[in-house]
Amino acid sequence: MRDIRKSLVDIVGERGVSDAQEELWFYSRDPGVLAPHRPDYVVAPKTTEEVQKIVRLANREKIPVVPMGNGMSLAGLVIPLKGGIVMDMKRMNKILEVNSMARYVVVEGGTSQGALKAYLQEHHPTLRHSIPDAPPATTIAANVSLHGQGRLTNQYGFNSDMVTGLEVVLPTGKICLVGSPSIGPYWISKGPTLPDLSGLFLGWLGCTGIITKVGLKLYPNKKIRDAELFVTDRVDLIPHILYKLTHLEMLEDINVWFQPKPLMFLGNFHITIFFTGDTEEEIEFKRKMIWDALQEYMDSKDGGFMAIQYMKSVLLEMPGRNIADFADVPKGGGFEYSGPIAPIEHFPQYAAKLVELAAKYNVLYASAARLISGGHCMMFSISFAFNRNDPAMMERVEKALDEAMAFALDMGGIPWKPNFKEQKMTLEKMEPNARNLLLMIKKNLDPQGIMNPGNWEVNS
Amino acid sequence: MHQLKFDQKVCASCRSADCLLKCQYMTFSGHKEAHGEMMKIMKGRDSRVLTECMTCYACEEYCTRGNHPFYLISERREKKGMFTAPRPITNQWINMTQMQGKYLVGDVKDIALSCCYIPDLGALGTGEIFRDVASAGVFGAEFMCPAVHTHFARMSVIKERLPVVIENYRKLGVKEVICLHDECYGTLTSIASAYGMEVPFKPVYYLDYVLERMKELKEKIKPLNITVAYQRSCSNRLIPDKLPVVKKIFQLIGVKAPKRTYQDENALCCAEILRSISGYKLADDVVKRNIDDMLNVGAEYCVFNCPACQISLSEKVAKRGLKPVHIIDLCKMAIGEKERGTA
Repeated sequence: MRDIRKSLVDIVGERGVSDAQEELWFYSRDPGVLAPHRPDYVVAPKTTEEVQKIVRLANREKIPVVPMGNGMSLAGLVIPLKGGIVMDMKRMNKILEVNSMARYVVVEGGTSQGALKAYLQEHHPTLRHSIPDAPPATTIAANVSLHGQGRLTNQYGFNSDMVTGLEVVLPTGKICLVGSPSIGPYWISKGPTLPDLSGLFLGWLGCTGIITKVGLKLYPNKKIRDAELFVTDRVDLIPHILYKLTHLEMLEDINVWFQPKPLMFLGNFHITIFFTGDTEEEIEFKRKMIWDALQEYMDSKDGGFMAIQYMKSVLLEMPGRNIADFADVPKGGGFEYSGPIAPIEHFPQYAAKLVELAAKYNVLYASAARLISGGHCMMFSISFAFNRNDPAMMERVEKALDEAMAFALDMGGIPWKPNFKEQKMTLEKMEPNARNLLLMIKKNLDPQGIMNPGNWEVNS
Repeated sequence: MHQLKFDQKVCASCRSADCLLKCQYMTFSGHKEAHGEMMKIMKGRDSRVLTECMTCYACEEYCTRGNHPFYLISERREKKGMFTAPRPITNQWINMTQMQGKYLVGDVKDIALSCCYIPDLGALGTGEIFRDVASAGVFGAEFMCPAVHTHFARMSVIKERLPVVIENYRKLGVKEVICLHDECYGTLTSIASAYGMEVPFKPVYYLDYVLERMKELKEKIKPLNITVAYQRSCSNRLIPDKLPVVKKIFQLIGVKAPKRTYQDENALCCAEILRSISGYKLADDVVKRNIDDMLNVGAEYCVFNCPACQISLSEKVAKRGLKPVHIIDLCKMAIGEKERGTA
């Protein structure tokens, strides 16, 4: 093991490697409820060449490698389930290119959401990217590799749909360019019109390679952002309300949320509607379209718009900092969620299940659903708060989440960023030929099984 | 449960029907129709008023015989299970304002300075004007006037909670409560009286207190020499006798408030409740007429009495070039505690 450490130091230098217990402690866990597992080393490369050398070393020595962004998935996706090397990508944080006319950016694999946001605000204020509601230190590559969502997902799909090309270090150490950059200098398409190889890496949670560069679509950054907040106490109306809103085809983002605390939120379902414009006239036009679309619910007294002047600045934050506020209600600051992707017509059933599970396991719940691609589906978060210093409560949350995922799969939903247990449940549910195709891909790309082992493990 | 003191004979014999005829949001062909609708309401029958009333409170002022038509309309609506605003909004307000034991009580002796359940009032009740009472602040749902529920025709909530609020003050042993929220004073005088609730302390209207303090601080006053428009709040309709206090304060600090079309009895609501009840069309129209009127008289500032009106209208008046300011901050500007335009 001494030789492995020395080899890693030879690749990245002394400051880029650690096997100190206190650091391994941190890299052995994430903020969710899953049990920690200690890695043997943490290594932080600065270049693609260093990534290559580390992977080649790991491949030769059959050492697991877990690529890590900021480790904030909450689902234990970078807990090194089988030990080995955690590869912290955060030192690869350069913004390499912005093509403002073609509206795309190319960043290194450890670039954070916050860094890109700040860079665009300063240098390209008319452009923006789809910022997820995660801490700003989370990375772009990690987000697309787990099919993350963001503020523009209602308009343009999963954040991974916005990828315009990838540079990946394969488990063998070879570099592979995916999409248009494999043909020429422009990062304009991750796949079309070629065979779309990005699917070999996006959604694989680092099990098939390490993303070292990402091309990402950028979008117009309008001068004004605004929001409305519609509430109803009739869960059965939610799909219809969302259908009417998405029919407008002009909203930035739509989130549906409900939670029992604080009391003002009890019993209601809240739909936050975000919209943008370059002028006050455009904003007012859109606001009226939104109100007109939902007027019938006001007339029937089943729903109405909240006066939100006092909370608007909080609502308009990107990322939303209040997302995890409810984690502190039971004290101890923990929360984890399962986020199945489901048709919006199933919202009432998912909402009922969440409340049922919270009562069954005696835990505090919250939910925030986000519409995807104009309402083709939604991410429905089944969130539970817990006290990190209360193992019994954490165990109850873990059981509730397992049951939630079983429910989602029964309902025909698909898991988002599933933990290793949820992946197994999903694979068991999957049509056998699709499962075998996954197995073929994994075996061919990672014959030694060194990439983030324990995740997306398909048994033949 | 306390019952509304409504004298049917007074209403039946009314020759003006001003309560409805003067309404700015409903129209009636004349006394006969307006009086007829009020009679229906009184007898518990259906009336278009019960569906069309925008809850602006103004009929409480229009009825010069003190017979509380607005409270009666609200009572009848609730009895019939009607909702003014959407049901989830109504219930949200009921939930949001529940007493949960999370209140603040300062150094209260004989006098309490009520900040209702509005955090902004805490900052307003400071400085030289409130020097002697600032430390005696109380805040929280336990001390909140529940009058807001009249907007939602939930008088039962008021009848249930107001006695508790009064009792909470009584337990503090206070002789006087200075109400920083216009609506608190209206509640402790008009509503409490209409329902026969005894108030075992003296409610003090904050502008009366401010006026007296400004007289004491006269040496420090530098006339502002500005032109303003005053945004009257709905709750001010419960206490029309206090309207002149505003004018006295303006006079004292060198503020001109030229006569407007929509002022005093004809004042327009900030429109937030209209938006909540019926949508944006009427609300936008009211806001536009109101701000047009402010600009037409050359106002530079829009002066608020109620923090809720201020939250609702500040951005809208600012976008049209008016500076939004609470009347307390205007007084602070006059004695040099605040810079002009920064309130």
